[in-house]
Parts: sequence; C-alpha cells; structure tokens
Amino acid sequence: MLLTIDRLTVEVPGTARPLLDEVALHIAEGEVVGLVGESGSGKSTTAKAALGLLPAGATASGSVHVAGADVLSLTGEELRRHRARTVSMVHQDPRAALNPVRRIGDFLLERGADRTRAVELLAAVGLSDPERRMRQRPHELSGGMLQRVVIAGALATPPRLLLADEATSALDVTTQAEILALLRTLRAEHGAGLLFITHDLHLAAAYCDRVYVMYAGRVVEERTAAALFADPAHPYTRGLLACSPTLGDTPRRIEPIPGKPPSLSDAFPGCPFTARCPDAQPDCSSRHPAAVTLPDGGTAACHRIPAAVPAPAERTAP
Amino acid sequence: MPVRIARRLAGFLATLFAASFVIFVAVYAAPGDPAVFLAGGRDKLTPERLAAVRAQYHLDEPLVVQYGRWLGDSLHFDLGRSFQYSDQVADLIAARLPTTVQLVAYATLLFVVLGVGAGILAAVREGSWVDSAVVGTTTLAASVPSFVAAIALVSLFGVRLGWFPVTGSGTGFAGTLHHLTLPALSLALGALAVISRVTRQAMADAAASDHVEAARASGIPERNIVRRHVLRNALGPIITMCGLVAAGMFAGTVVVETAFGISGIGSLLVGAINAHDFPVAQAVLLLMVTGYVLVTTVVDLVHPLLDPRVRKARTA
Amino acid sequence: MTALTLAPVAVRPRRPVGVLLAGSFLALVALAAALAPLLAPYAPEAIDLSASLAGTSAEHLLGTDASGQDLLSRVLYGARTSLIAPVLLLAVAAVLGVTLGVLAAWRGGWVDAFVSRLTDVMYAFPGLLFTVLIIAVFGTGMTTSVLALGLAYTPTVAKYTRSLALSESGKPYIDAYRVQGMGGARICALYLVPNLGRGVVGYLVVLFGEALMSLATLSYLGFGAQPPSSDWGLMVQEGQAAVVQSALLPALVPGTAIAAVVVSFNVVGVWAADRLGRRG
Repeated sequence: MLLTIDRLTVEVPGTARPLLDEVALHIAEGEVVGLVGESGSGKSTTAKAALGLLPAGATASGSVHVAGADVLSLTGEELRRHRARTVSMVHQDPRAALNPVRRIGDFLLERGADRTRAVELLAAVGLSDPERRMRQRPHELSGGMLQRVVIAGALATPPRLLLADEATSALDVTTQAEILALLRTLRAEHGAGLLFITHDLHLAAAYCDRVYVMYAGRVVEERTAAALFADPAHPYTRGLLACSPTLGDTPRRIEPIPGKPPSLSDAFPGCPFTARCPDAQPDCSSRHPAAVTLPDGGTAACHRIPAAVPAPAERTAP
Repeated sequence: MPVRIARRLAGFLATLFAASFVIFVAVYAAPGDPAVFLAGGRDKLTPERLAAVRAQYHLDEPLVVQYGRWLGDSLHFDLGRSFQYSDQVADLIAARLPTTVQLVAYATLLFVVLGVGAGILAAVREGSWVDSAVVGTTTLAASVPSFVAAIALVSLFGVRLGWFPVTGSGTGFAGTLHHLTLPALSLALGALAVISRVTRQAMADAAASDHVEAARASGIPERNIVRRHVLRNALGPIITMCGLVAAGMFAGTVVVETAFGISGIGSLLVGAINAHDFPVAQAVLLLMVTGYVLVTTVVDLVHPLLDPRVRKARTA
Repeated sequence: MTALTLAPVAVRPRRPVGVLLAGSFLALVALAAALAPLLAPYAPEAIDLSASLAGTSAEHLLGTDASGQDLLSRVLYGARTSLIAPVLLLAVAAVLGVTLGVLAAWRGGWVDAFVSRLTDVMYAFPGLLFTVLIIAVFGTGMTTSVLALGLAYTPTVAKYTRSLALSESGKPYIDAYRVQGMGGARICALYLVPNLGRGVVGYLVVLFGEALMSLATLSYLGFGAQPPSSDWGLMVQEGQAAVVQSALLPALVPGTAIAAVVVSFNVVGVWAADRLGRRG
C-alpha cells in the first residue's frame, strides 16, 4: 500500500470538534483515489497529513504511512526529504502557491529540477515557448497556465504520491478537461498514486478508481467510482448526487441538501449529518454510526444501512 | 510608470519650493530689520556689511523676486557670505560635507546590518527569548537620546578602554573609520528599534503567505525559504524604512557631530545658530531638507521596482 | 533623532509588572522634583571649587561637577524643568493640533487640503530641523524651544486628531445635534472635542518620552535651557568636558536620569494609550 492513513484524528485548540475524526484512507500504487466533500469537511487536512503538514498548534493521533515511512514521526531533514521526494502536492490556488516576485524557472529549480528538465517539464504540461516561461513571473501568466506550472513543479522530482487539492476547480471547463487529462497521463507515466480532492462528486466518480466521501471530518462512504455513482449508500452521498445537474440525464429535480455545512464550533455526539438527513431517526443524533461493509466491498457509516457485517478497521499495512 | 514618476517629481518639486520658501521667508519673521538680522545682529555691524547683505539678498525688491533670486543663487552654489567665518558659505559647507556624508554612510551601514539582522533573528525565532531580547534591547536603545548614547560610548570605549578616539574625524580610510565608529554607533542606535521592528513585522507578514507553506510542503530547505521567499518578499517595507531613516540621519548629525567635536555640516549649523550667523544656518537647513526630500522621493520611486506586481499594477 | 518624522515607537503592551515598576519610578521622580528643596543636600547653584569633580562620597552622594556643584542636588532640581517643560510643549501642540485637526475633519474641502499641505511642508524637515529653524530666527532659550517644539509636534497631533474626528463625526449622535439645528462650532466645542479627549490624551502620553528627549537635546545643543539652570540636557553638555579627564559622573548622572525617565514613560505610555484607546 502506497498511502495508509489509519484512525487519524487531528485536533486544534478552540474548536468544538476535531478537524479529522478517525479518518481511514488508503491508496495503492498507481491508483487514482477521489476525496469528496463540502469545504471544511477535512479534505485538505487529510491530504496535508500525507506531507506531515498539520495546522498550527494541532495535535494528532493515529498514523499516516507513505511507502513504509511513518510520516507523523518524521522530523527535520527526514521530513524535508519526504516532502521533496516522495509526496508532491498541487495546490488549490496556483496564484497563491507561487511566490509573486520570483520567476517560473526558480519555482521549478528549487523543487529539484535542473534547467533542462525544467524546460522539458513546462513543455510536458503543455505550455508553449517553455524557454520564455522560465524567465516570466507569475503575474504574466493566466490561471490555467499557472496551474500547469504548479503541476510541473509537483513533478520536478518524480513523486510516488501526487496530491491534487481542487487542482481544477478554479479553471474554466476546457482548461479543466485538459489539466485532468494531463494529470492522468503524467501519473500513468510516472506510475504514481493520485489523491484527487474535489467538491464535485460527479467529477470524482467519473475520474477516479475509488472515492472517499467526507463529512465533518469523518469518512462517511468509501466505494469504487462505479458503485458510488450507480448506488450511493450514504444519505449524504445521495444528497450530493441529487443536488447538481448532470449532462445527458433525463430532466430530473435538483434537490439541494437542506441546512448548512457544519462549522468547527458544532460538536456531534452522534451522526454529524442528522440535522440535514432526510432519513434521520431519533437515535441518529445520539450514537456515532460505525462504518459497515457493503455487499460490493465498499463501506458507509450510517445507522440506516442494514448492518450486514461491521467493517474491520483498516489495518496499518506498511 | 512615466505618469507616476512625473507625478512624484512634481510633488518633490512642490515640497521643495514650499520648504525652501519657509526657510527663506523665516528672515522676515525675525524681530527687527532683516538686513541687520542677516548681518549677524547689531554688534559689529558696519555700513559695508549692511550694504553687502542688501545686495546679496536683493532686499529692496519685492519678496517673490527676492525669493526667486535667492533660490537661483542657491542653485549656483552662491549661498552668500558668513560674517562669523569671513568666508563664502558654499566653501564652508563644501569643506565639511564629506565628513558628514561619511558619518551618515557609516551609521547607515551599521543600522542596516545590525537592525535588519536583529529583525531577521527575531522573526525566525518568533516568540522565543531571542525575539523578546531583540525587542527589549532595541526599544531600550530607542529611549536613549543620541547625545547620552554618545557620552556613554565615549566613557566606556574611549576613556575607560581607550579603544576609540573621543573626538575629531581622523584622516585616511582607517583613521576615518576609527574616529567615526563611536559617532556612527550613537547615530545608529536609535534607529535599531524601528528597523528591526519593521523587518520582523514584514517577515512575519511574508511568512504567512500561501506560497511559503507551499514551499515548505515541497521540502525546500528552511534556510532557502527564509532567504528566498520570506526575506525576499519582505524587502519592500524594509528598504523603504531604511531609506527614510538614513535620510533623517542628516538631521541627527547635528547632535552627534556636536557631541564628538566633529567638523561637519551638523556642527556647523549648531555653531551658526549660537553665533547668530543666519546665512550659514539657512544654507545648511536648505541642504539638509533638500537631501531629505530627495532621498524620500527616490525611495518612493525605487520601492515598486522591488515588487513586479506593484510595478504592473501602477502602470495599469 | 529621526523620531519626529516617524510614528511613535509602538511597543508591545508590557506586563503589568514592568508598568508598575516604571510607574513607581516616575512617581518617585515626580515626588523628588516636587520636594527638591527638602531633599537636596545643597543649593543646586552652590559652587565649591575645592570639591571640583569629586567622586561619590558621604558629602556628595553622586559626586560633583567641575565647579564643585553637588550633582544629586542639581539632578533633583533639574527634574523640575525636565519634567514640566515637555508637558508645556505638548499642551501647545495639543491646543494647535486639535484645533487644526478638528477644523480639517469638520470643514473638509480646502481647509482640509490646506492643513494637509501645511503638514507636508513641516514633514519635509527631518528630525528637529523645523524646531532648529525657529530657534535660528527667534534666538535660543527655554521659552523659544518649548514653543518651537510645540509647533513642530502640531502636525503629528493634528493628523491624529483629524482621523479620530473623522470617525467620530460620522456617528449618529453628532447628526442628531445637527438635525436639531445646532451650529457646527458649538457641536465641535461641546461634544466632538470632549469625546476625542481620551484618544488625544493617550496619544500625548505616548509622545511624552520623545518630547522630553527632544527638549533635552535642544538644551544639550545650547538652544534650550541656559546656565545656571540644572536642566538635565544642559548638565550633560556642561559635564561632557570632564569625561576626557575620566570624571564620568557629571555627564552620566543627568544622562542616565534622562534615559531612565524616557524608558519608564515609554513603558507606561504605551500601556496607558492602550487602555485609554480601548475604553474611549
């Protein structure tokens, strides 16, 4: 297993609930895994944990293993090397991820590429005139071009695991499609695992091999993409699928999920989704639902799903 | 960009005109006859002196014409005569200016190195005892007037330890450096608090950017992050503040040159005022104000060049 | 010395222990200044050439200067001018600055523009140079120095008052008076200015240390207090000649007094400004 996150709980002082609550997630070599949820559900925190990057003042329990290394125990030079060589992240906002006063070339060089490779990378991510791009500064490029630069930066030292945090959310549709195709090709070429974070469940279901759905710092459903799309188990997943229109569907009602996404000041003794759940029963808000294994091998954490077999907690598999 | 430069230059000229007018017209605020005032008061007043003053300052013409002629003369370094020193004011200043410039340059070097250095240290070790020590020490240093600092430095390093001379400006490069060390230090001490605080704050702001976290997430060595991302991006406010403080140092030489008996334009100004030698005082003030306004204007024009975003935004 | 052109040094609010310590020290200094005639062992101007440049002893706790004047006595008496003069100059700056600031904020338009141009011109003079120009014209002396420094501090106070007045005059209660048909001058004098009081006083407290430093500097240069005054700045100047003869006390005693009082005032001032600002 390339990435194994086991019962990861991350808490910061001053909040009513943990940022992450017993999150379990794994990615095999060469696998594309989606991570879906509303903003604040803990997607980015989960991804950053693979880099050993926790929010300021946070305490963590559980474990994160990448390619055999116990990430949360790494420090100093080991941690730096882990971030530089094993895992790369493509950040949400490319304009914020680049130092505005330095050149594109500097961005690639300081991430371990030499000049020749940096130019090759820029060409590989589909930028025209890579020699000139090397000398340009971020403000001279469009958002789509910068996203390509950031991807090139993430590949500067070929990583084993690539984390793409809303890598395409800010782009227009055609650019988005190009970047998605690019990510898949590059990933295939390098044989790396990809964690694809998005708030768009349809996109994740179409793009990934397997998808995790997060809500309020917890994983509420984990399925193969096909199964998730065909037969969502958790009411939240169903809600997510129902609340956005899809192309080619026969006309259907768009039903937004009622209520607001939970904030960090809300604590949940039971299922965090109770207040917004159409199937909620009185006992939902008092008991924390355990993840149950579904017939197709996926898991979902909901009291209303007939408990066939309780899912075993994910093993640490270094 | 050209529009901005033109606007800034127009502002520079307007300020300079206004300030020089204030310096010029101050003569008329003085009690009594301006000619007598310019000639250094009633004692030792001769008809020749009075005539010379009237001719130099064109006192018989309308005020605006007087000002215009005075400004024109000043631009040609014709600053009148000092009756105290029986010499051309321009020559008096020319003989003393190099020493003052050396002193200010030395002090600037000291406060930039020590102040920015202390600020970086405080920023990198934010919240630690190093941080508190830097803030505490520099704040203390800022509360000590430069003349008291001068006396304390002379007492310790000049008289007690005998490491540095206590007065004069020395000859040759080594001699000048040796003589000007204590004066430059007295001048620089008060600036350390401002500079280190601006450095610390600018670096804290820069360190909070997303791209710094992105760099850290990419495993870039911490030393490079501090140097190339945090410090590099904090340079704008740091350089601006260093420029402003350095420009203000010319005014500070008035005290420090007096304390160390250095013959520069600062001590010339003090001597001129105590000897009622207004033409000299007027000329030195004009020079110091011009230098100050010039440097602040240059700093303001240079600042955007450090940040490509500002450079672009301002032309747009 | 560049302090005049820069914002006053904004120290982080100190721990109450430091504030308490600095406050008690200042209270002690103020008390000593008030009781100088009772506490001073000698008259400050009593010359005793036989005791010239004496070190510390039972007769002269802090030694004597070149004319044999007792340094402790002089520093105690000097505290009077050194502490009162900055108050006076800040009072001058407050009256002029608040007037200009309120006028600029209330009238806006050309009045505002005029005040801001005036401020710009004065800011073109770095450090003490504007004060020095006034002294060059009107001659040296304590009165001139206090008035000149008061004038030099005016733009700073005016600028601060203007920003306070702008936010205050936008509040509904001012509008209420206006709707009642009350005149602008009356509203300003009776309601606006009193409500700015806290903020302005807090600001003046922060400026005090710097004002004391500036004034001591003028006296040191021979522009301010004149002999036989025991002003601390003047005492440093008079004591400086003895430093080369290894007699450090005549210059260091008043020098230390200045530094200690300024440091204490900066500690207390920031704390006070913080409290006044928060409640105001």
